[in-house]
Amino acid sequence: MQVYRWTLTMALSIVHRATGIALYVGTLLLVWWLIAAASGPAAYAHVQAFTGSIIGRLIVFGYTWALMHHMLSGIRHFVWDLGYGFKANEREALTWGALIGGIALTVLIWIIAYAIGGGR
Amino acid sequence: MSATDTPKRSMRTPLGRVRNLGAAHSGTSDFWRQRITGVAMTLLMIPVLVIIMMLLGRNQVGAAQILSSIPVAVILLLFILACAWHMKIGMQVVIEDYVHNEKLKLSAIMLNNFFSVAVALASTYAILKLSSGV
Repeated sequence: MQVYRWTLTMALSIVHRATGIALYVGTLLLVWWLIAAASGPAAYAHVQAFTGSIIGRLIVFGYTWALMHHMLSGIRHFVWDLGYGFKANEREALTWGALIGGIALTVLIWIIAYAIGGGR
Repeated sequence: MSATDTPKRSMRTPLGRVRNLGAAHSGTSDFWRQRITGVAMTLLMIPVLVIIMMLLGRNQVGAAQILSSIPVAVILLLFILACAWHMKIGMQVVIEDYVHNEKLKLSAIMLNNFFSVAVALASTYAILKLSSGV
């Protein structure tokens, strides 16, 4: 591995895997939330207390970014699967697009969430 | 029959000989399912985000009411099933790439299957329970 010059696409390939693993573990939060909603008010209040805390918000924010980044990075892989975007400048553009787009979508989602009163 | 015991003179084509002999011994089916579930989740992303936005700031009674509506339940079920399948395949690829001890690898793949099925089943059960209003 050390003989290769470190490139952006290589780094993002690792990030794609890392976000995938984070999303995998994060499904526990999704399951907890759904089961709590099905269980009753007390269980649901526990989840809301967690997701409303600073740590909880950081985790959900990180989860939002991991999801958005993984999705855009995945779309980049679809483009490559279809046989497009292999030129050096195209590879770079797709990769930067996934990186910047993932952050932009995450921020946008959280702005909307706070605007409609989810921050309470 | 594996590739190693194929006689030198054979009617089998080179593709026929290697088919199903990838790391997972399942050919390209996982590759294809990974794409199907990925596309499915991308298409479902906006409806799922809208549902989550609708649920923000509501208590359990309000949330349960939204989650029990048929379109919401169906969208979430589709998303979660695609998600569980996608993450099972993805994690298996990661395991096959980094775990080289055979016993450890098979154990990890087994645990991965258990976890993914448990996530799918627990979520499905919760959504169906909310939908039936019990």
